[in-house]
Amino acid sequence: MEPLKLLEKLSNARGVAGNETAVRRIIRQAIQDHVDEVRVDNLGNLLAVKRPAPEQSGAGEPRRVMVAAHMDEVGFMVLHVQSDGTLKFRTIGGIDSRIVLSKTVRIGDDDIPGIIGVKPVHLMERREARKVLDIKDLVIDIGAASSSDAQKHVSPGDYVTFDAQFSQTGNLVKNKAFDDRAGCAVLATLLATLHADDYPFELHAAFTVQEELGLRGARVAAFDINPDVAFVLEATIADDLPKDKDVSSTTEIGKGPAITLMDRRLFADRRLVNLLVTTAEEHDIPYQFKQPGLGGTDAGAIHLAQEGIPSAVVSVPCRYLHSPASLLSPEDFTHTIELMTHALQRLPDAWTHTEETQSR
Amino acid sequence: MKTLIRKMCQTFGPSGNEEQIREAIIGEIKDVVDEYRIDALGNLITVRRPRDGNGQRVMLAAHMDEIGVIVTHVDDDGFLRFAPIGGVLTTALIGARVVFANGVEGTFGVEGKPLPTSNPDAHSIFLDVGAASQDDVPVSVGDAAAFRHQFADQGGRLIAQNFDDRIGCAVLIEALRGLADTPHEVYGVFTVQEEVGLRGATTSAFGIAPDVAIAIDVTATGDTPEAHPMAVALDEGPAIKVKDRGMLAHPGVKRLLVETAQEHEIPYQLEVLEFGSTDARAIQVTREGVPAGVVSIPTRYLHTPSQMVAYADVQHCVQLLTALLSYQIELAS
Repeated sequence: MEPLKLLEKLSNARGVAGNETAVRRIIRQAIQDHVDEVRVDNLGNLLAVKRPAPEQSGAGEPRRVMVAAHMDEVGFMVLHVQSDGTLKFRTIGGIDSRIVLSKTVRIGDDDIPGIIGVKPVHLMERREARKVLDIKDLVIDIGAASSSDAQKHVSPGDYVTFDAQFSQTGNLVKNKAFDDRAGCAVLATLLATLHADDYPFELHAAFTVQEELGLRGARVAAFDINPDVAFVLEATIADDLPKDKDVSSTTEIGKGPAITLMDRRLFADRRLVNLLVTTAEEHDIPYQFKQPGLGGTDAGAIHLAQEGIPSAVVSVPCRYLHSPASLLSPEDFTHTIELMTHALQRLPDAWTHTEETQSR
Repeated sequence: MKTLIRKMCQTFGPSGNEEQIREAIIGEIKDVVDEYRIDALGNLITVRRPRDGNGQRVMLAAHMDEIGVIVTHVDDDGFLRFAPIGGVLTTALIGARVVFANGVEGTFGVEGKPLPTSNPDAHSIFLDVGAASQDDVPVSVGDAAAFRHQFADQGGRLIAQNFDDRIGCAVLIEALRGLADTPHEVYGVFTVQEEVGLRGATTSAFGIAPDVAIAIDVTATGDTPEAHPMAVALDEGPAIKVKDRGMLAHPGVKRLLVETAQEHEIPYQLEVLEFGSTDARAIQVTREGVPAGVVSIPTRYLHTPSQMVAYADVQHCVQLLTALLSYQIELAS
């Protein structure tokens, strides 16, 4: 499938953390003809292996390279159905309560439509209108007449996603869940386009679960695969809109894939960062560094697995993350695929992480 | 030993940037260990083997990294914005000076009035490396800086910006140097990235899978004016950890350390720390679990550029560890 088409399909799919089935199904279908092995582990991670051509692998055990992207998105869960038929709910993952008012949502396996209710402005007192409402004080309205009416359609524990569809906005594309369906689409594309004779290592793709709840899937996947090195593919914060102060921009839309140096959970392996930078420069692929110190990705869990795994993160810059209307640049997305394709092929040159042992 | 301490304190190495300090430690230790290696995350793992191998696999850990800052942005005028590496105190930055790996130094300024009167918000502080413009800035986004080296030997008391945990590194090196013979396979591990979440200890302990582990790190004291109550003071000997916010020391390890100190007439004190934790916390929950304890060097003014230890405590920590490693280890009561 054409990469942007796959991104459309994946970001339209509903897959809040803990409920990644629909996303996993699409990815499995997209990759199964291109990999040697595919399985789902105990937590729901989709793990695929693509082996090198025999003449590439050389003597001994081939090295293992893990590339990960998380399938889950942020969303909500129904807590209980109230007597008036409205639904109390909680967030799953980090969502700013200021953005949820009067958003349309979809609930449960049957995609029941709902609206996060808000009192109309006519009824609001001035002081109330200035207040940020807590998620706990909001309800989802599904147009049910009563509790029993609502219970015909929804139950406590049902997952809720923003109701959004992929579309074009100027030069950019818009949808929910680009974090991290963009990474999933890049990874699935790599599996489909890399040829077994392009690289001398086992490529282990991990489409992980529950990243938004604390890197849970990545942790067990990395323990299981125990790779020699790992790359994480993400969508990351672009805050490039006009500001009143010259202090930062985490990343900028249209300036190419963002390479992480350090975030709250990781110091990226310097050798892998150099590999990415050198690759981008040689192939004239634009790139940028993500501003250090912010966020955390699956790499935070992966690099601490077993005896430690040198890890790096490459992200597609994305505005308005964790909202129903995130924006990304198809060019950044394509450049991320190009950067990873070339970087993986050059990876053997960077095998410098071999343990150095000295005896007296 | 003061020469060694000075060298440890005057070598650059904020978390994630431990190359220089690792090289310095290798230089000090390569002749007293049987083997050393650098693992995937950058931990320096040294091994000292017994002549008669009936002891245990003992892991001693001191972290090489120190707190610091990392450049996040260079503005049009050549001022830098930064993020903390580890638990950097905003109050400790004003007036402090930092140094980068390439020797460039920087000082901190605060937005607003020239003489700030209140505690500044972390986001209003910027770093000035003396650049006249953006093009003139000799460091880049992603470069790390540590507090500028300042070691003072006042005889009985020493002052430096990074005793946390370079004093632990010096103690571990000196303990291994002074070890005549040991029945144990001793893993002296100099870990990375402790200050950002005990990361090096997590992976090195998994790799070593020790039978018993001891971290060597600093702890706070309660011996200064109007101090928060804490029964640890300078010059009272090594602090043997009972608990901190992240762990309870294994009672057998604690008892062994106490008994060793008593037998060798080494002064000691028991430590109950209400804040922070050490590499031992990560090591303790590795694999199936590891009996772990901590030998702490009492240190005043932690996480500031002017930390203070007592030289006698440092020497007693070395004696305690050397004594511990010289005999069989029995943890069962």
